Amino acid sequence: IVVYGGRHTVTLIPGDGIGPELLNHVREVFRFSCVPVDFEVVHVNSALETDDDMNNAITAIRRNGVALKGNIETKHTLPASVKSRNNVLRTSLDLYANVMHCQSLPGVQTRHKNIDIMIIRENTEGEYSSLEHESVSGVVESLKIITRNNSLRIAEYAFQLARDKGRRRVTAVHKANIMKLGDGLFLQCCKEVASGYPDITFDSMIVDNTTMQLVSKPQQFDVMVMPNLYGNVVSNVCAGLVGGPGLVPGANYGRDYAVFETATRNTGKSIAGRNIANPTALLLASCMMLDHLELNDHATSIRNAVLTTMNETRLHTADIGGQGTTLEVVQSIMRIIQSKGQLTSEF
Amino acid sequence: ESLSTPSNTPETTRGMVQDPTQFDVLVMPNLYGDILSDLCAGLIGGLGVTPSGNIGANGVAIFESVHGTAPDIAGLDLANPTALLLSGVMMLRHMGLHDHAHKIQKACFDTIREKKVLTKDLGGNSKCSEFTADICRRVQDLD
Repeated sequence: IVVYGGRHTVTLIPGDGIGPELLNHVREVFRFSCVPVDFEVVHVNSALETDDDMNNAITAIRRNGVALKGNIETKHTLPASVKSRNNVLRTSLDLYANVMHCQSLPGVQTRHKNIDIMIIRENTEGEYSSLEHESVSGVVESLKIITRNNSLRIAEYAFQLARDKGRRRVTAVHKANIMKLGDGLFLQCCKEVASGYPDITFDSMIVDNTTMQLVSKPQQFDVMVMPNLYGNVVSNVCAGLVGGPGLVPGANYGRDYAVFETATRNTGKSIAGRNIANPTALLLASCMMLDHLELNDHATSIRNAVLTTMNETRLHTADIGGQGTTLEVVQSIMRIIQSKGQLTSEF
Repeated sequence: ESLSTPSNTPETTRGMVQDPTQFDVLVMPNLYGDILSDLCAGLIGGLGVTPSGNIGANGVAIFESVHGTAPDIAGLDLANPTALLLSGVMMLRHMGLHDHAHKIQKACFDTIREKKVLTKDLGGNSKCSEFTADICRRVQDLD
């Protein structure tokens, strides 16, 4: 964490689609609330095949320690050797834990209520190792990598987080009945770590059953830990359950760095530039970042304003059934911050 | 225009949760199919009512329910036969016996819709044999 004269410097990667406009709103809200954070903006162009952009971004994050980012589009037309930019970021900085807190919001209409799930997803290996080869034409082999080291690490993160947050149960999600060695190793590591946390209940569930349980009885889940791909699937299911990708913030933690973004990493290309995107997820992600920087008062102030607009004022963007524009929602949030009497700059 | 048209499997699972009616036929590799079929079963009422079939080369096929063996209620005339019955209906269609398939499916759906003789897992307290008898009666009436 970089602090000079009481001000923090954070790397900002606008990304593609709705990222740039929503991050501008985050900056507006920060400026308005006199948050002592300066953003170092680094652009990453997803169309380029070279790695220079990404290397600059990674260097900047190494320097500042913290980043806030929009999603960078992964162009399927680029050669297979070009890894997804978002993936490169995660592995280069060893952001091994992807954390998503999925909570039902009172102001949002959903089929299921009272959901409060923390998803901890291993973020660096598994099915995202980008190791594929075509040894025979028309036959592709993909390597899914599971290591003892990374499995123990993520399990440890999950149990420690559960303990810190006063949560009672950790569920490991896997498919060890089929991937006996890979997911079997993952499960074994979770069990080992669990034995060091007797105060927390540990159980496990096969991934397909997990998705079925999530859509029928999501309230049964507390903290969930899992390898990369299942984490991606379960995160998306949970985001859908609480109202969609516009609502849920996500965080990527490593030993030395932290990167904050939306939980389901959508670029939202089709709605970019139309003032209809939901700013909630990125604003809440920026609050998670403020907590990480120990600027808790600012985090609480902005978070409360976002949730009040969502649950009490009920000013909603189209993705959750409302007719508000992005700007209207942001202005409502700023008005609420102002009304609480804290120091703000001009509206 | 859909604000969140899915472009990959995880987004599809989210789309499935938010608005499953946007989907029609989905084709996918093994693991995703495993996950998505269970997810969709959860959306329509669970494995007790979900049929399935495995189709091979030359039309060889095995149709099956994908719920568990339920040893705790085996032999007690309590189980819900819907999943296996609808799998049988899929089999009849595969064999080209569409009239029979249609009749049995309609009778089964009507029995469930009426809610008078439901098995325990569907919220009733009828026996398996009573549920089945009701379906048979309806099939007879349809003839």
